[in-house]
Amino acid sequence: MITMYVPTSAPERTIGDVLLKVDDISLSFGGVKALSNVSFDIRQGEIRAIIGPNGAGKSSMLNCINGFYHPQQGTITYKGVVRRQMRPHEAAAQGIARTFQNIALFKGMSTLDNIMTGRLLKMKQNFFLQALHWGPAQKEEIEHREFVERIIDFLEIQSIRKVPVGRLPYGLQKRVELGRALAAEPTLLLLDEPMAGMNVEEKEDMCRFILDVNEEFGTTIALIEHDMGVVMDISDRVVVLDYGRKIADGTPDEVRNDQRVIDAYLGVQH
Amino acid sequence: MADAGGISLPSDADTFPKLLLHNAKVRGDRPAIREKDYGIWQTWTWAQVKDEVLAIAAGLAAQGVTRGDRIAIVGDNRPQLYWSMCAAQCLGAIPVPVYQDSVADEMAYVVDHAEARLAIAEDQEQVDKLLSIRARCPRLATIVYDDPRGLRNYRDDSLVSLAELTRRGRALRDERPGFVEGEIAAGRGSDISTILYTSGTTGQPKGVVLSFDNLIISARNAIAFDNLTEKEEVLAYLPMAWVGDHLFSYAESYVAGFCVSCPESSATVLNDLREIGPTFFFAPPRIFENILTTVMIRMDDAGAFKRWMFRYFMDVAKRAGTKILDRQPVPLGERIIYALGELLVYGPLKNTLGFSRIRLGYTAGEAIGPDIFDFYRSLGMNLKQLYGMTETSVNICMQRDGQIKADTVGVPAPEVEIRIAENGEVLVRSPGVFQGYYKNEAATRETRTPDGWVHTGDAGFFDADGQLKIIDRARDVGRLNDGTLFAPKYIENKLKFFSYIKEAVAFGDGRDYVAAFINIDLAAVGSWAERKGLPYASYQELAAKPEVYALIQGCVEQVNRDLAADPKLSGSQIRRFLILHKELDADDGELTRTRKVRRRIIADRYGPLIEALYAGVDRAHIETKVIFEDGRTGLIRADLAIREAALAPAPAPLRKAS
Repeated sequence: MITMYVPTSAPERTIGDVLLKVDDISLSFGGVKALSNVSFDIRQGEIRAIIGPNGAGKSSMLNCINGFYHPQQGTITYKGVVRRQMRPHEAAAQGIARTFQNIALFKGMSTLDNIMTGRLLKMKQNFFLQALHWGPAQKEEIEHREFVERIIDFLEIQSIRKVPVGRLPYGLQKRVELGRALAAEPTLLLLDEPMAGMNVEEKEDMCRFILDVNEEFGTTIALIEHDMGVVMDISDRVVVLDYGRKIADGTPDEVRNDQRVIDAYLGVQH
Repeated sequence: MADAGGISLPSDADTFPKLLLHNAKVRGDRPAIREKDYGIWQTWTWAQVKDEVLAIAAGLAAQGVTRGDRIAIVGDNRPQLYWSMCAAQCLGAIPVPVYQDSVADEMAYVVDHAEARLAIAEDQEQVDKLLSIRARCPRLATIVYDDPRGLRNYRDDSLVSLAELTRRGRALRDERPGFVEGEIAAGRGSDISTILYTSGTTGQPKGVVLSFDNLIISARNAIAFDNLTEKEEVLAYLPMAWVGDHLFSYAESYVAGFCVSCPESSATVLNDLREIGPTFFFAPPRIFENILTTVMIRMDDAGAFKRWMFRYFMDVAKRAGTKILDRQPVPLGERIIYALGELLVYGPLKNTLGFSRIRLGYTAGEAIGPDIFDFYRSLGMNLKQLYGMTETSVNICMQRDGQIKADTVGVPAPEVEIRIAENGEVLVRSPGVFQGYYKNEAATRETRTPDGWVHTGDAGFFDADGQLKIIDRARDVGRLNDGTLFAPKYIENKLKFFSYIKEAVAFGDGRDYVAAFINIDLAAVGSWAERKGLPYASYQELAAKPEVYALIQGCVEQVNRDLAADPKLSGSQIRRFLILHKELDADDGELTRTRKVRRRIIADRYGPLIEALYAGVDRAHIETKVIFEDGRTGLIRADLAIREAALAPAPAPLRKAS
């Protein structure tokens, strides 16, 4: 039995100021209220989990943060600036990257090419030079390739570098998707159920990668996850949603013992 | 100047560090080692390697390492770990490579038994294991790690990065120039070079102590035997703790001065193989088998024309290929068709597999299936077999070019004497014979006679051409109740030669008849099932299918027909067999790390199944404990079917010549 080594003193990582603040957000689709009056914040350098039963509004929350949905009410403050209504690519340009609950990769493209697409926003040369793969575009591509190779090394996916993503098992596809998000060098990384459908070993690997990303690159991470064990182990703070409302917010221990959270998960008679 | 395979060596280069200095002087600009990093092959020349090794050596000295200290080395094949091995030897310290996939318990035993005071680990995974066993290894004071990833927040005074160690080493070398060189000069060929722990089929691993002379003379002889030069390309992908890798990727590389390449990761070996295109390749039969299985599976999926072309030219190769390789007469027409085949099939196939440039291939460790062996040889690859063990620094028997047989291991290697004992055991005396088992006088006396003969533990005999034929472990050879000779491994290997069978265990000693456990090969049987339209969800389910039983029964009955042809072994045909519900696994202790069957442990764990094989029932129930890769244990329950196989009639007794 291998016991995992626990560092003897507190890690060096520091939790900084508020990076993103969600204030009094409400979102509805016609008559359905997906989110009502939700407020919480994400601090620089932390791993923040959003949990809740099915249909609690977790993915809607992430979609608001990366600009895919536009809440009818409330404000989102990112890096100290109140955000106007924005499109996802604008959020991406500001350093917000994400992965999806249902993997959204280009199935016919190789792992390498998929991760390269994550660099798109960083490419400065014009389309024609890129198409001709000539001059400064070539130099730029080499630099990006080097960055991508570091990600491949980091995620230990060298053996599938040239394999079309559609042929990979689910767990590896999830890893490639994380790679593509990392390629954008995000300030804030949103992970939508990074461990759904994985076996124990794959989950352990993924946990290790999430922690390493957070520690090595100082990336702030917000994640949605169903596996409570995972959430409690790796996150610094947890916000709990139920029926579109925030019912708890705090450290894993506080949340674990919160009566409303227990009720939401186990179900009580109303 | 001694001559080894066209390579001149100063006779005073009797240790690896001295060979390194020699190589840096005479071929400083030639590549010494490569590693694929961030997708690109990085190369270090002999001069650069010398610089790195001497800096690490000085760093180790700064850490307090002195002559005679043992240093554990844990990790995949990495240039930095090979350098560390040589760096320790510069100071007269003894490197002890540890199997990188050993679980913490096994590692604790080796590190503690070797009394290692410093360990050099590849990455976080190995560091975690070392830290978790530290309480049981009181002498282990320092852990040096190469890859810092994930280790940033480890606050532990015993941890040092290799980069930092090297930096300190360079500073020390500036301060005391000539210090490391002086230490190197003080080394002697008779000094201990390394301690290699053998995985062993029984009991705790034993530390085989080898001197520089043992390894360097063996390497020189092997190089001369096959005319290896500094231009060889070798891929180092087998465990560093295994004597084969130590001889081929380390000793022979230092003696001949050729370049060794380290794969990017263990999962990319086949890809890296193709990029490097080695000229000299070593692999256990299992790897050749896997490659062949992959080729066959992919051919089954190919279009009709390609399948036809492949089959047609493979038939040509079977008829003419090995003969052309062995320079035997072949009709001109066949030669022309074979040349066409080289253009259309063999060449592209070898290129896909990374065997385009191969000049010499070796396989050892287990018997190789004649079909597999002939497949590669008929493609024009000079694949040969050798027979060796850790205790003799590998070399015992090697096959000479042009005298290759699938069922023998060749003639004695240079300077090797072989004797067959009364009980059939092979005894060996050579310059490679080990110095003893570390801290185990009793075992040393058991294995090595006072006049230097090593008991190999294998039973064998010389055939009419003077080539050695190994049949089984001497102590495993038994007899059935009617007195028939029973060589379990011989039978198991015959079974394993079928691509559908991955592992087999035969029983029969002291019994009325022979019975066997079978492990199916998931890739081969899985692909077969797919083509037959048989659905399955797991290994266990596939193994229990009646159709799979019928498939395996066909294989078993073919083996029986083969056995029937040999009058000595005809009585040991397999009467009953079952297909196991789980793969035999080294993590469960059922196989050694080099995938040899551990009979006693299997007999213990599967006792009820063995009894059922001899009880005449047709179903048996079993519960087995398994260890998952994360160290937790679980229980697998299964109901297994037992089948009877048809026996082939024994050959008609030969009439005595009158």
